[in-house]
Amino acid sequence: MFDFVSFFPRAVMQGIPLLLGATGETLTEKSGNLNLGIPGIMYVGGICGVIGAFFYEQSGNVNGILAVLIPLLCCMLGSLLMGLLYCFLTVTLRANQNVTGLAMATFGVGFGNFFGGSLIKLTGSDVPSIALSATSSYFRQSLPFAEKLGAFGKMFLSYGFLAYLAIVIALVSSYVLKRTRVGLQLRAVGESPATADAAGINITRYKFVATCVGSMIAGLGGLYYVMDYACGVWSNDAFGDRGWLAIALVIFTIWRPNVGILSSILFGGLYILYLFIPTGTNLAVKELYKMLPYLVTIVVLIVSSMRNKRENQPPESLGVPYFREER
Amino acid sequence: MANKSGRSVLHISKRGALPWYAAWAIRGAAIVLALIVSGVFTAALTGLNPLGVYAAMIQGAFGTERKVWILGQNLAILLCVSLAVTPAFKMRFWNVGGEGQILIGGLATAACMILLGDKIPNWLLIIVMVVSSVLAGAIWGGIPAICKARWNTNETLFTLMMNYVATQLVAFMVIVWEVPKGAGKIGIINQNTEAGWLPQIGSYKYLLNILVVAALTVVMYFYLTRSKQGYEISVVGESERTARYVGIKVGKVIVRTMMISGGLCGLAGLLLVGGTDHTITTTIAGGRGFTAVMVAWLAKFNPFTMVFTSFLLVFLSRGASEITTIYGLNHSFGDILTGIILFFIIGSEFFINYRLSFLKNTGKGE
Amino acid sequence: MENSTAVVKMRNITKRFGPVLANDRVWLDIYKGEILALLGENGSGKTTLMNMLSGIYFPDEGQIFINEEEAVIRSPKDAFRYGIGMIHQHFKLVDVLTAAENIVLGLKEPGRLDMDKVAEKVKRICDAYGFDVDPYQKIYNMSVSQKQTVEIVKVLYRGADILILDEPTAVLTPQETEKLFAVLRNMRDDGKAIVIITHKMHEVEELSDRVAILRHGQFVGDMLTKMTNAQEMTNMMVGRPVTLNIERPDPVNPKPRIEVEGLTVRDPEGTVKLDNVSFTACSGEILGIAGISGCGQKELLEAIAGLQPAEKGSIRYVTDDGVREELIGKDPLSIADMGVCLSFVPEDRLGMGLVGSMDLTDNMMLRSFRRGRSFFTDRKNPRVLAEKVVKDLEVNTPGVSTPVRRLSGGNVQKVLVGREISSAPSVLLTAYAVRGLDINSSYTIYDLINQQKKSGVAVIFVGEDLDVLLELCDRILVLCGGKVSGIVEGRGASKPEVGMMMTRLGGKTNG
Repeated sequence: MFDFVSFFPRAVMQGIPLLLGATGETLTEKSGNLNLGIPGIMYVGGICGVIGAFFYEQSGNVNGILAVLIPLLCCMLGSLLMGLLYCFLTVTLRANQNVTGLAMATFGVGFGNFFGGSLIKLTGSDVPSIALSATSSYFRQSLPFAEKLGAFGKMFLSYGFLAYLAIVIALVSSYVLKRTRVGLQLRAVGESPATADAAGINITRYKFVATCVGSMIAGLGGLYYVMDYACGVWSNDAFGDRGWLAIALVIFTIWRPNVGILSSILFGGLYILYLFIPTGTNLAVKELYKMLPYLVTIVVLIVSSMRNKRENQPPESLGVPYFREER
Repeated sequence: MANKSGRSVLHISKRGALPWYAAWAIRGAAIVLALIVSGVFTAALTGLNPLGVYAAMIQGAFGTERKVWILGQNLAILLCVSLAVTPAFKMRFWNVGGEGQILIGGLATAACMILLGDKIPNWLLIIVMVVSSVLAGAIWGGIPAICKARWNTNETLFTLMMNYVATQLVAFMVIVWEVPKGAGKIGIINQNTEAGWLPQIGSYKYLLNILVVAALTVVMYFYLTRSKQGYEISVVGESERTARYVGIKVGKVIVRTMMISGGLCGLAGLLLVGGTDHTITTTIAGGRGFTAVMVAWLAKFNPFTMVFTSFLLVFLSRGASEITTIYGLNHSFGDILTGIILFFIIGSEFFINYRLSFLKNTGKGE
Repeated sequence: MENSTAVVKMRNITKRFGPVLANDRVWLDIYKGEILALLGENGSGKTTLMNMLSGIYFPDEGQIFINEEEAVIRSPKDAFRYGIGMIHQHFKLVDVLTAAENIVLGLKEPGRLDMDKVAEKVKRICDAYGFDVDPYQKIYNMSVSQKQTVEIVKVLYRGADILILDEPTAVLTPQETEKLFAVLRNMRDDGKAIVIITHKMHEVEELSDRVAILRHGQFVGDMLTKMTNAQEMTNMMVGRPVTLNIERPDPVNPKPRIEVEGLTVRDPEGTVKLDNVSFTACSGEILGIAGISGCGQKELLEAIAGLQPAEKGSIRYVTDDGVREELIGKDPLSIADMGVCLSFVPEDRLGMGLVGSMDLTDNMMLRSFRRGRSFFTDRKNPRVLAEKVVKDLEVNTPGVSTPVRRLSGGNVQKVLVGREISSAPSVLLTAYAVRGLDINSSYTIYDLINQQKKSGVAVIFVGEDLDVLLELCDRILVLCGGKVSGIVEGRGASKPEVGMMMTRLGGKTNG
């Protein structure tokens, strides 16, 4: 019997990092930057939060507010720096976005795993492994009455604050993109920078801000994963390929963060479906079920390119650096 | 792009062609700078003096004969994948699916070794392995290409997703073939019979791989610069419209080129599975599909330059792994150093393509 | 005009692009309530000069005064602040946004974005001047003329008093042009200053109050339109008395070479581009194709060359001994092998027919590289050919291994036409061969085409300039909306007659 009540919350928890990553990447892509470094940025966001929390927990007494704020700020700072690096290379120095993104992915994943694996040795502390249970418990704090509400509470109210924040961010991003002046101008930058430039929009600033904000949002995805989902335990490569899946989700949602909320839960569900489908002793089939999110993405990619509707296409100048004097 | 806030003193303009030596001097300077930065970074983490860091890295790469051979093997495989992705890139087709194409090639090899290992003569088995691995890679690369050619589907994301499909396929087959049951891995295939193991030249385990890739480098160079197909690839990459105008069948070129690209990645899978590892895991490609993108781009798609750029990256990763062993650090240290070097080289391209000049501000009335 | 003051004064404006001096100490005054036509040949620096007024470029030297006050215009935003708006030749619109969204793009109005309010204001402007714009329509659904209207409304929305239009009629039908002129006159009467960049003399005479002329980046003079005439203006533009006499030898022994019958072509969206087109092109003559842009000229040539699938009809190639071969259904390569050559000069010059980053040698073999069985390319013959083209056509290049992108426009075109001619074609299809060329280079190209004609080639020449068509071609086929409006003899055809046929089928007024 398929247990939806216990399946759904796990799908949501899988989906939240994807949602944050996808929202961040959507904002970035709307400015015309295809940031393939998102997987790396999510690692960096995660590990920076871990480093912040690690030192704070090492320092002794732990205060609830600081225990949340310090990792949060560290995470955002780390991912901001990655975003700045990406912008500096691709916008200021007009480097190839694909190559820069891949280099950042390599660097970021390496950065996360390196400090995750070597933090204890480097600081010379005497704990056996990084398990930030105290910090994590603050991140995982859900509403106190959630458990009393039975299935409803379990399905909708049992998450840590970052999960709700992710949904709020997605909704706000959608609103900003669709309804505000800034959003309109950002879309114009991604579609046709020459036009936006002629209209007096500062292309460089929009690209920097959108990409950096996008990076910070994506970084939060890494933080959510390690602090909430993984209960504060960092293990190398555990975050896996979720960053790439987040990029896939951007296409799946046809560049709409609000669509991303449900899609990310769907993706999260597909990601863990294998755990819920009774396959008996045949472990091998589970591996095939893990293919689902990727196959679904491929299908969406093909179908959307076949339908070729203008509104559903990637921003026109995605991946192309802008240089005003190049005519 | 003049500085909008007021005085524009820094002017950026596109350069004409820079002589090759000047371009390489800039790249060389970037690499030196990057080495300095990574040396300082390493020193800060380990407390070793920077020169010691370099010594350890060189030790790690060339310290013993075995290490030199491992360096050569890693270089050969990375170069092979880089050569594979190059024709696609020249066509402006962003094949980031090298990873999956290697895996699927390796999987095909392993399948032949396991299923046919004791059924057909070894020479025939090896031929079957070569054909099936190249074919598997070609199909894996061809699928996104067909969609690109027909509906202009975004190839970067498609090939990326194909990586994970391949990974899961390998994971599935690993469990199907696992030895012993429940081990979660295949182990060395045909350990006793050595059926399907690529022949070893003399006592050198890695020599065959190196020779194959060396030959491939030369072939690829001439394919790209001298052959009609190579010429078509350049035209399509530069302008699809022009290609159509002169009667080149663009879709056909895209699919053909991607099948070559995927097929060569599959060959890399064969070299890994049949030549050295004699087993298959989901991580056998080791990120080479992505690294190869950077190797090819850094070398500006010139196969001979790629020997050098892939050497640089392999040297870094071998050197870094030495440091991590000495200091008990995490093996991902190499990725960080690779990242730093790449950032510097990527950034240096700007100074090759653009001219920075400080203009005297002649605008009046300020 | 005499009593109104100059709203814009440009003084000693100089702009260089690398070694090229685009504007050389230009003086120009623009007055309120007048339409100024800025004239000059291609490359004379008209657009560059106006781009400095609209903030796209910044002058290297010189001063600009707006309303007697010195202005520093560093960006389009600055230009808006001074009330200057420019409508570029290539529209600066975002395709996936609506008209209203494009119009408010980049504006910093107080309060939150309210598209309905914007739409209302857009409607008001449209009503005031007689535009017709749906604020909620997406740009990609619009026709060229609608897009242009959006551009104009955009600058008016920003409160521009000085409007600059860069070749606004190049893409319009005569009716649309009339509508545009009416609106421009309305705006002039409303007290706005309007500059139009053009090189169509009749438009200058019809619309403008004053003309200013640039030549090789220098200001050569201005005068009231009613005090001058086309001949004088042309002479000033070129710098010497010009007689536009193009050689037109009589066709020798013309025989049918290409027979087109009932040809119908649709574009991928299903729009009919060519509708039941029939004609015959003969060897040894030049058949001109006239029509306003986008009337099916491109599709016609592409269909003959095998690049456009035809829906109906037939295209037959007639060999010297009278054998007819159907071209429809053949692939471009085998059509080219039969001696049908296409040289199409697109708007950006490169992009069709030439590869910018490749050198002359490699470009020479673009069509021929597949010949022969060898797996490898032969670069020896293309190299010889490249050297021959460079020598024969006097292509100005450092050598045959220079990337084509580095050559100037005229030289690029010589390379393209030179290559097509070199294959000794029996049919030469050429479109916009002199696009963007100065008068001397144009004449070189005309000579080349005439030589082909004399050697018995059937030339089909698509041109933009009706005067040239009338002087060069033996017969002129006029297209109107994808249909054949008529075929006239080049000798003795009158410009008004052909012009009429371009806009109305058969050229006859109804009734």
